[in-house]
This record gives sequence, C-alpha cells and structure tokens, in this order.
Amino acid sequence: MSILVNKNTRVITQGITGATGLFHAQGARDYGTQMVGGVTPGKGGTIVEGFPVFDTVEDAIKETGANASVIYVPPIGSADAIMESVDAGIELVICITEGVPVLDMVKVKKYMEGKDCRLIGPNCPGVITPGECKIGIMPGYIHKPGPVGVVSRSGTLTYEAVWQLTTRNIGQTTCVGIGGDPVNGTSHLEVLRMFENDPATEAVIMIGEIGGDAEEQAAAFVRDHMTKPVAAFIAGATAPEGKRMGHAGAIISGGKGDAASKKVFLAECGVSIADSPAEMAEALLKIWQP
Amino acid sequence: MNIHEYQAKAILRNFGVPVPEGHVVYNGNSARDWAKRLGDGPYAVKAQIHAGGRGKGGGVKIAKTADEVKQYARAMFGMTLVTHQTGPEGKIVKRVLIESGCDIADEFYLSFLVDRATDKVTLMASAEGGVNIEEVAEKTPEKLFFEAVDPVVGLTAFQARKVAFKLGFGIAQVKQAVPLLMNLYKAFVEADCSLLEINPLVQTGAGDLICLDAKMTFDENALFRHIRIRDLRDYDEEDANEIEASQYDLSYIALDGNIGCMVNGAGLAMATMDIIKHYGGDPANFLDVGGGATIERVTEAFKLILSDNKVEGILVNIFGGIMKCDVIATGVIEAAKQIGVKVPLVVRLEGTNVDLGKKMLAESGLNIVSADGMGDAAEKIVTAVKEA
Repeated sequence: MSILVNKNTRVITQGITGATGLFHAQGARDYGTQMVGGVTPGKGGTIVEGFPVFDTVEDAIKETGANASVIYVPPIGSADAIMESVDAGIELVICITEGVPVLDMVKVKKYMEGKDCRLIGPNCPGVITPGECKIGIMPGYIHKPGPVGVVSRSGTLTYEAVWQLTTRNIGQTTCVGIGGDPVNGTSHLEVLRMFENDPATEAVIMIGEIGGDAEEQAAAFVRDHMTKPVAAFIAGATAPEGKRMGHAGAIISGGKGDAASKKVFLAECGVSIADSPAEMAEALLKIWQP
Repeated sequence: MNIHEYQAKAILRNFGVPVPEGHVVYNGNSARDWAKRLGDGPYAVKAQIHAGGRGKGGGVKIAKTADEVKQYARAMFGMTLVTHQTGPEGKIVKRVLIESGCDIADEFYLSFLVDRATDKVTLMASAEGGVNIEEVAEKTPEKLFFEAVDPVVGLTAFQARKVAFKLGFGIAQVKQAVPLLMNLYKAFVEADCSLLEINPLVQTGAGDLICLDAKMTFDENALFRHIRIRDLRDYDEEDANEIEASQYDLSYIALDGNIGCMVNGAGLAMATMDIIKHYGGDPANFLDVGGGATIERVTEAFKLILSDNKVEGILVNIFGGIMKCDVIATGVIEAAKQIGVKVPLVVRLEGTNVDLGKKMLAESGLNIVSADGMGDAAEKIVTAVKEA
C-alpha cells in the first residue's frame, strides 16, 4: 500500500512538448510509471518520444484512461492547466511549476471547492511511491520501498531526508513534496491524515519551514489523531527576519512562524524534533524501530 | 517587490482611493515650489525609503511654510536614515515627498494580504492606527478585525460596512469607508499585491477619511503581467549583490557571518545555514544555485560569495538528484580555478556518480576538502575557518 499514487496510476503530462516536461516524462517512464500521454494545445494527434499528444485534457482522458496529471506548463498558464484537469475529472493533479502567482492559486483553490480532485503543489518536486510510480522531478534511485512516509515543503531537503533513510536501509511508502508556496493544493496535515490511514505506513518524517502555521496544525493533528510516530525538521532557524514577507502574514495565521516556536510546539505535540538537518532519520529512529 | 510611498499613493489614487495631494521631489528648490502649488501650509515632508518607522528617525517633518519645506527637504537629501526596519546601516534618502498637511482627528489601521490558513485575501483592520501593528496583535489581539474575501465576488459592500462599524465609524464615515475598502481590494487584486497596508488611515477634523501612508508589496511571481509596476523598482533600495545574483537566476541573500554557502534548492540552502549555526559557525549568505550547477553559474556564485570580504570559508552542498556529481565537480573545480578561491573550501556532493565526483575533487590539485553528509561538511568548514 501507499498513498496518492501506485502502480495502477495512469499519468498524463501537461506541457509534454516543452523540454522540461518531456525530459521528466521520459524519466518517469524509465522508472516504471505508466506515463500514458500528454497535452499541448495545438499539437494534438502527434507523437513525441512515444507519448501520444492531445489538444485537451478531456481528449487525453478519453483516449488513455488517465487518472492523474502532472503539470510543467510555465507560470503564466499553470492555474489554467490545473483547472482544466480538475474540470476534466482527473483525480490527482501535481503541479511542478515554480513561480505561479499567488492570486492565481487563490482562484484555483476556490474553483476546486467541492470538486473531487486533489492538487499537490505548485512549486514542488512531485510524488513518488518507490518501486511503483514516480511523478515529478525527484531522482528515482535515492528511494527504496519500505514503511516510512515523507512529507515536505522543500525539494532537495526532501531528497536529503529520503537519502538518510535509504542509506540506513529504511524504505519509504510514499514521499510527497507539497510545495513551498503560500497557497498550495495540499497541506502537511492532509498528507499526515493519508499516512495515518495507510496500513503500510508505519512512521512519518515531516519537513517544514518557517512562516505560517501549517506545521503547527499538522502537529496538533499528530497529538490528537495519529497513532503513528512522527519526526520533523523545521528549516530556517537562521533565516533573517527582514527578508520574510513582513509579519502581517504570521499575525493573521495566529502563530509567530519562526523556527524556534514551531519546534517547541511540535515537541509538545509528541513529534520527535531533528535539531539539525543531518539528523532527520535519527530523530525518527529515536521513537520508532523498523 | 517593494515600491515607495509616493508610488503606492499614485496607484491608489488611480483606483479612487483618497490620498493626500502631493509630489515627489529630488532637490530643495523644487520642494519649495511644489509646496507653493499645493496651497497654504501645513505641509508634510516625507523621506522616501523602503522602510517603516521613518518618523522616529527624522524622516518625516511637518512644515508651516514653503520655505520651511525647502529647509527640511534639503536636510533630508543624502541623510542616512536609520529605522527599526533598515538595519543599523540605514538607507540614504534620495527622494522626498511633499504633501498637503492634514488635521488628524483619529487614526486607524488597514491592510490586505493573502492568508495562508484560509487561502483567501483577507482584510485586517484596527481602530489602533498609526502604531506598530505587531504590538497590537501581540498585546491586544481583540482589537484586530479580519474579513476573508471570496475571490469570485470580491470584497462585498456588507463586509466593508461590517468592518467600518467595528472600527467605530459614524454613518458619514461608514459611507466613505465602504468604497474606500472596496477600491483598496480592487487595487490589491489588479496589481497582484502580496501586501497592501494603510497605516494610518485618518479621519480629519472635517470628518473625511484619507490614507495618510501607504505600503504596497507585489508578488514577484506576477510581475510578468505588470510591466508598469516592474518599472517602479528602485535598485538603490536593493542589495547590489542580490540584483547581480538575480541576473544569473541565483537566489542570494547576504547575512552577517563568515562562512559562505552554495547550495541547490531553497529548503536545503536554509537547512545548510541552520547546520552551520548548529556546529557553532555563522553563515555569510543564503545562496540557491538552482537545479543546474553549470560552470557558469557556479563561477558566478563563487564570485558573489567572495565579493563579501567577511567570507573566510566556503561550504558547497549539492544534492545532485538528476544532475550527475561528476558534472557538478567539474563545475566547482573549473570555477574555483578561474576565481582562485583562497579560503578553505569544503564540498559535499551527493547523488549519481558521487565517488567519481569526489575523486575528481581530490585529484584537482586544489585545496578542496570533501565531506560525507551535511553534518560532516558543516563540522569541517566550521573547524577550518576557526583554525585559519
């Protein structure tokens, strides 16, 4: 078992004829993911590197039976691409694109209300269930099938955590990069709930960053609802104050948003805190043994 | 991206938001002449820098006559204004805003921003205006009012009314506040702001509402569709190294420490700064080289790091991912040779072909220390800098 994606997931790539989209579609196919086609408006009917290309997501679903979509469309068209997939009835949309305007995402979130679709990202590395399905830009080989779930706002820092697990011979059920933007599709908390409900996941590593209070909400969920051990690292303890977007954002979310107060709250909720990013796997092993 | 107060007020004026009449000037004589055009005093003379708290530092003066405006403005040009937001080095005043003074009966606080918790644009308001809003939030949070905005319908009149009544306005002010708030929201959305702050909004003796100060911050990711706003960027207000970095798609922020870092990915870059601190060192910068560590980018990154003469050592931390370590090693070696890196250099590589990458570093003939893992890397650079 796993969460979000598995060997039966059928994936289309929006923006498949762009260099980035094509490169990562090939990488995912090489990993064993069922990459069934792609969408680029105006290039429908063509075939690129073996992938059938369609003009619309609707056409792509009809022809390929896709149930997931990954988006490499440039920022100017990302929100539209997400909404197209939502409208076409895709169950899972993963938006890799970095630099999507925040107010575009505010509209997308409103558009998705009440719709049966999950968005991961934007500005994220993607989702991988090791050995079964890789959707996104993460290097496949650093992962290994196993019992630990990983959820993170950051890309390369996720690889770091995964690598610490894999080199200790501990595999992962699913690794989810939720993205670093202020408004994104799926929160830490929602991914924790999925891991809690996934029988194969035994423990979780959560990687957070300064700002907002998503990590605090996730920690409250751990305290109140989770039976599985969770370890966490919060990046940004040394980030300079003035370089954050004012303090208005932190005020409104009800938390201070700094690393120290986040760590204290997480620890109070029973989360094992990694004091340094080199100790993420060790923090988990303090409270859980494979 | 930030802009000056006078620029924000010009944008707001176009959206029908009441702001004082005024003009930006670059020398004392035109300060006097513009004051004369504004009519009789008093006048406000306001230094234009990208930081709050200007009043306390002597950057805001009230003048009775046009000649006084000239005096105050002349004193401001070239002065280094230090406020709680500028850092101890302060900022040099190059532009001054001359405005008609106004008679303040009461002050309020207004802001719009994107609330991460609700994923909506939210109006935040308080009757405690003209003061530090962070203090209000901390000491008397019950004095802050919030109103989340539906992105489809926008800020509605009833929401604006609700907030206006909560602020304690009489009906004459409520009638002014409703269009004022709705127009502020419109400006926020149409200009893709990340923050729009009015502190204070004032009620004059005559009962009129007017935005006495305005701060606008824009979403960098949305600037592609706002060419006019992009043109308002004042490079004098930004760190020269950060501007240089952005031209090579590097993300760089200067800090106060002595260990330079070069990392791929923002999260890992932040974590690298954290771990340097964890081992007792002090990071000199945040630097994200992004996905492709090409020779050109690594070279530029080294140049940036070394342009800070506090730097006594450099830590390179690259999690290769899709990039192969031997390719990254080539970039680091070539760049280090070209630049002539003379301070201790610790390199931590992880990813495909890591052994080959390390071998190349070891055989480069350069004084590069290879590290295994982030902890080892941080420990090595901290030790090397302390010994040097």
